[in-house]
Amino acid sequence: MQLKGWHAHPGRLLAPAILLAISALYCAPSRTDVLPEDEVDALGTHYSGGGQDINGISLLVRKKVGDHVSLTYNHLEDIVSGASIDVRTSGASPYREKRNQDGLSGEFLYGKTTYSIGATHSYEPDYRSNTANFGISQSMFGDLTTVSMTYRRTWNDVYKMLCVVHNDDLNYPCVEKIHDPAFGEKDMDERSYGVGLTQILTRNSIISANLEVITDQGWLSNPYREIMYANPGGGSGFGLAPEVDPSTRTSNAIGVDYKYYLFWKAALDVQYRFFTDTWGIRAHTAQLGYTQPWHNWTFDGTVRFYTQTHADFYSDLFASATQQNFESRNRELSAFNSYTIGAGAAYEFKMPYATWINKSTANFRFDHLIFDYHDFRDALLIDSAAGVPVGTEPLYSVQINVMQLFLSVYY
Amino acid sequence: MSLTRRLLGLAAAALLLSQLCACASIQPWVKPYERERLADPIMSFNPHPIDSAYMQHVFETRGASRGGDGATGGGCGCN
Repeated sequence: MQLKGWHAHPGRLLAPAILLAISALYCAPSRTDVLPEDEVDALGTHYSGGGQDINGISLLVRKKVGDHVSLTYNHLEDIVSGASIDVRTSGASPYREKRNQDGLSGEFLYGKTTYSIGATHSYEPDYRSNTANFGISQSMFGDLTTVSMTYRRTWNDVYKMLCVVHNDDLNYPCVEKIHDPAFGEKDMDERSYGVGLTQILTRNSIISANLEVITDQGWLSNPYREIMYANPGGGSGFGLAPEVDPSTRTSNAIGVDYKYYLFWKAALDVQYRFFTDTWGIRAHTAQLGYTQPWHNWTFDGTVRFYTQTHADFYSDLFASATQQNFESRNRELSAFNSYTIGAGAAYEFKMPYATWINKSTANFRFDHLIFDYHDFRDALLIDSAAGVPVGTEPLYSVQINVMQLFLSVYY
Repeated sequence: MSLTRRLLGLAAAALLLSQLCACASIQPWVKPYERERLADPIMSFNPHPIDSAYMQHVFETRGASRGGDGATGGGCGCN
């Protein structure tokens, strides 16, 4: 793939930002900062939409060790079941799959500098991922400003599952899967470089900006996603072939988050993010949030708008299976708009007979997501006999509900 | 680039560095005792990391964009 413009040279943006951060670190005076509170969070999640149900649990434990160290352990499990439109279009069966993730991280505070280091391991039958990350942040100018830098490295192993034992269950007809030996194991490595700045503006407002450059190398295609190409001689009028993505990708994202304290004790949150990558995708994200405490309750609501253009090598329908060297019909690489509306409520209470617990909160959150695709069609509606040949079927759209229930205990 | 412009650029860079290195003497315009509102939990950028990490994973697996928010995660979500 031809790299062009500043997409191919993220260092042009990164270098001055790192220089600024280093300059700021060099000049900073020394004073004491604080580590996060000790806490335990237990979360249950439910995701439903687009033919998929995902149920998950997550546990987070954070504990200080002495005055300078805070350790965090996080475990999560997801069980995915059902069949998305991509699975159904390819003719594959619904499936059930489990993902586990464990993460351990530490924060080390020395004066006004906080160092963070962490590692994460994620396991699912066809995808294994190991991540290591390092970060440093520094408060300065009388704690008005915090500058941070992060580095993350991820190693992924990608497999493709092959069903070897079937049964008569119409919902989940596959009972045993193995790694497809024809596909083998593919490697994909990722590096992330980030710089951030948090600035107190006034006694009522604070702003944060983050720039992140991510580079990927290796197997970046999705082993299950297939392209559609015109095949007038076939019965359905189209054929399917594996997608082929480039083996490198560099993306740049800059996000800004502004919070304002309203005089009646409420908070307004405005976020914006711009994203661009070497695959030709550009995306804008805007989010507005409002938080209102009331007695022991805290309510919050968010509205999020997201839009992206498609990748240079994306098409809903190719003229032939070999029209170009890179081809994808992955809907995550298509052009679409997404709208999210969310609301949450948290109730703070004291645990009876547990004086060592400072406070506890029970939290519930609901988000409704709408995806309207601009150039990804609903191939399940192709019916040449009914006058809907391939390429004329309606555009796809999907609605997703996400529910989260979690308990936080601070001790 | 002309010599004059180069000199002006160097002078501007030197001025910027000198200002940065004098930062220990910069006085905060919002005093510590004026930050009660900013310290309120409702002003936290990420009050519930466990909750926001999950939503970030959902958004990243359903779209092409990523990064710019300082969080980490894993997993494919590719089906």
